[in-house]
Amino acid sequence: MSYLEYTVKTVPTGLRKVFYLNWALVLLLTAVAGVGFLMLYSVAGGSLTPWAEPQMKRFGLGLAVMFLVAFVPIWFWRNMAALAYGLSVLLLVLVELMGAVGMGAQRWIDLGFIRLQPSELMKITLVMMLAAYYDWLDIKKVSRPLYVIVPVAIILLPTVLVLKQPDLGTALLLLMGGGIMIFLAGVHWLYFGALAAVGGGLVTAVFTSRGTTWQLLKDYQYRRIDTFLDPASDPLGAGYHITQSKIALGSGGWAGRGFMQGTQSRLNFLPEKHTDFIFTTLAEEFGFLGSISLLTLYALIVLFCIVSAVNNSDRFSSLLTLGIAATFFLFFALNMSMVMGLAPVVGVPLPLVSYGGSAMLVLMAAFGLVQSAHIHRARSR
Amino acid sequence: MRRTPKDTEESARRISRRGVILGGTQLAVMGILAFRMRFMQVERADQFRLLAEENRINIRLIPPARGLIFDRYGVPLAGNEQNYRIVVVREDTGDVDEALAKLARIVPLEPDEIERARKEIARRSPFVPVTVVDRLSWDDVAQVAVNAPALPGVTPEVGLSRVYPLGSDFAHIVGYVGPVSDYDLSKLEDPDPLLQIPRFQIGKTGVEAKMEGDLRGKAGTKRIEVNAVGRVIRELDRIDGQPGSDLQLTVDAGLQNFMEARMAGESAAAVVVDTIDGDVLGIASAPSFDPNKFVRGISLADYRALTENPYRPLANKTVQGAYPPGSTFKMVTALAALEAGVLSPEETVWCPGFKEVGGRRFHCWRRGGHGHVNLHESLQQSCDVFYYDVAERVGIEKITEVANRLGLGIRHDLPLSAVSQGLTPNKAWKRAYRDAEWVVGDTLNAAIGQGFVLASPLQLAVMTARIASGRSVTPRLVKSIDGIEQPSGAGDPLGLSPVHLARIRRGMDAVSNSRRGTAYRSRVVDPGLAMAGKTGTSQVRSITAAERAAGVFRNEDLPWERRDHALFVCFAPVEAPRIAVSVVVEHGGGGSTAAAPIARDIALRALHGDLPPLSAYPERQRWEVEERFDKLPLRPSEPPKNTGRSRA
Repeated sequence: MSYLEYTVKTVPTGLRKVFYLNWALVLLLTAVAGVGFLMLYSVAGGSLTPWAEPQMKRFGLGLAVMFLVAFVPIWFWRNMAALAYGLSVLLLVLVELMGAVGMGAQRWIDLGFIRLQPSELMKITLVMMLAAYYDWLDIKKVSRPLYVIVPVAIILLPTVLVLKQPDLGTALLLLMGGGIMIFLAGVHWLYFGALAAVGGGLVTAVFTSRGTTWQLLKDYQYRRIDTFLDPASDPLGAGYHITQSKIALGSGGWAGRGFMQGTQSRLNFLPEKHTDFIFTTLAEEFGFLGSISLLTLYALIVLFCIVSAVNNSDRFSSLLTLGIAATFFLFFALNMSMVMGLAPVVGVPLPLVSYGGSAMLVLMAAFGLVQSAHIHRARSR
Repeated sequence: MRRTPKDTEESARRISRRGVILGGTQLAVMGILAFRMRFMQVERADQFRLLAEENRINIRLIPPARGLIFDRYGVPLAGNEQNYRIVVVREDTGDVDEALAKLARIVPLEPDEIERARKEIARRSPFVPVTVVDRLSWDDVAQVAVNAPALPGVTPEVGLSRVYPLGSDFAHIVGYVGPVSDYDLSKLEDPDPLLQIPRFQIGKTGVEAKMEGDLRGKAGTKRIEVNAVGRVIRELDRIDGQPGSDLQLTVDAGLQNFMEARMAGESAAAVVVDTIDGDVLGIASAPSFDPNKFVRGISLADYRALTENPYRPLANKTVQGAYPPGSTFKMVTALAALEAGVLSPEETVWCPGFKEVGGRRFHCWRRGGHGHVNLHESLQQSCDVFYYDVAERVGIEKITEVANRLGLGIRHDLPLSAVSQGLTPNKAWKRAYRDAEWVVGDTLNAAIGQGFVLASPLQLAVMTARIASGRSVTPRLVKSIDGIEQPSGAGDPLGLSPVHLARIRRGMDAVSNSRRGTAYRSRVVDPGLAMAGKTGTSQVRSITAAERAAGVFRNEDLPWERRDHALFVCFAPVEAPRIAVSVVVEHGGGGSTAAAPIARDIALRALHGDLPPLSAYPERQRWEVEERFDKLPLRPSEPPKNTGRSRA
């Protein structure tokens, strides 16, 4: 692809870009973040500290970052993709080394104003990298084995690094996000079929071998899998959190117990109530109406991204937009499934709502990329 | 790399297609999530809300105030005392060791108490208040309160604890309370949830134990909101419990104190019963102990001292003790013979000092014999041979029947621990329990209250009361519960001939008031207070031939635990009996010398209502009596302090 294509077609320049921003998306993001502020205020017992206020500042910063990223032409970001990916992997290795040097399990790098988690950054840069890769790749070669192995390696490298931290949730997200990118690029169905067959076979083998002479895993490993899959089998350990979380959710009822009236979160029955389990507070205090509203907001964000991507003829832009939307979707779908007892408990925050600096900034930057793709798409007059 | 427009178009189409597939999948997943939300928050909401309520609401019991116990005149015997204690909350304290060290400088704290507190504080959750010291004086508590700024997390608290203001006087009767033990819990089918409260105290012995149901009351509850780790957030509401019922006993605390004091130094028991309505006016077992020590938690050394004392201070000898009644049983034998018609009142029996039955000699206590004796003289001088002779004629069955009618061999149902039934043997009993046939010798032994016959001091007092009134009075210890008068112990006529009973009473009168009577020395000269009694000396073990050879002839020469029990029963005043008294002095020697003087003092105290007047005593004994009274370890008569709630 050449610069010519972009320059010849009508692409907004200068301050005019402001009008081409996807303002509805900005509004939706702000609304979701607003829900986050409200809940952080509530779980702190009606106080801006220690969570709500820093979160607001970060969102403000995040908005600025988003606009900044949005106004930079998308092709710049495409050219930066490999660099960003490399840098992220480097940072991952760096925290790994810092951890090894004796600071314990550390997942972040202190930048002074924020503690940056390279694994958060990785979620987006991986999508960028894969989008750039498929943008570069001839469409006819997409399904050739050699060209399938390359993106798989691109995905596995950071996944393994993150898994070593160990951060199962993020590793899972990287794996699934990357997989979705490969799927979007148009790789032949057969690969996915084969993957499903091999994966299914492996799982079947592991479980059918249990208790037989050729048992593949040790007994304690099976037990660990058991509690992972069914926390209820360990009601005071792993199951405690999920049971309390379900109680909080269910007791919200139709309209909830009212703002700041949730007994489960107020009385500390909920774990991680300001981060991974913040959705339970929302569900308890605002009930079904509150939780379905948040889900609708999320759905609209994903929808806006998909519409924007489908309307964009630039390959990198649409792949990136869809990838970011998919990652965002994975975030909230996994988080909600987890607190509702549909998925095992892995550490996945609720995007834009959970307290956390890196995730917020990285996500806003990602939506900056989406906006950039939206602004700088070729429009026919 | 250049790309043809066709390529670009194809690529965009493919991405769009896959993007739409992805979008559809995502929408489906979100649909599942929404459905799950609806299921949990709309369909199952009630169930989850219930779970949430259970989570946060904790029901705590409020222990009720235990019922108070008073004597018949309203003197408190058991009360609830405000109990000041110091509690420490770890999370507020900071350095626990330092706080305890500071505390030890303010209030008396033993090193082992500090150690125990330190361990408990470490074991409990940081917000749980742990009691460090108990039963502090108001001064100590005030000290802690003044130093509060320097002692964060150290606070004084107030609770109720049981106190027995009269100490040892009622240790056996009122008993004491103590913390619930596993054994206590195991005995109960459906234990009161109150019993699960740490440090909750229940009655362990005596009235406290037997009247537990009335005294305990009903627990109140408070619903409190707690968080996940059990910290109390706030109280939602409370339902007050019902305090335990107050009891009034029939006992006169002043008389009881006199009895304990009079028997100090002996291993003895005495019971005073109203001959008309059966009220137990005094029921004392000596030596006694301080029940308050048990409430506070008695030290091992103190406890061992009590259990190893040969005088058995922990036993309530008045009801648990079963002694051969000795000659005090002779009234029973005489009545049985009169009733059976085998003995006429003036009939005499020749007493040569022994009676031979079946080749065995049964001795009279007077070796030389009493010569010719009739019923009156036989009681007066306590001739054994007369009763051997009479018993042989009347037989054991009739004796046992009359004994039971007089309240011997029957378990009197007083709310006291381990009330003994005593024993009035007959042929069937011996066959069943001794696997042997009854022989005449057994009847002869029983006739003078030896052999198998056993009676408790309470039973002897009841027997005397029944002889005095001619009615089957039953003893009563609880006068009222929460002001509701309990059934009186006044009974129907015994069904024994009043003429025969009068004969017996006249014989007992002679014991105390005629020159030849065995208890003449312990007579009362004031005719309005005069008493009629019967001495008894029951053998614990006969003096063996070997001992006799070694020069042991008299009881006093034997070691204490082998000496005879001294007994005395009496009623007073002679003309219109109001009270019946029984006294047993374990291993005290002769009934006339060891038991009768005690019984006289107690009877006089009971009738007179205060320290007996010296004028009631024979002139030559007054000086001695006065000296004895001066030394009596009586409780100074102070106006009773009312502790706890005031009712009754």
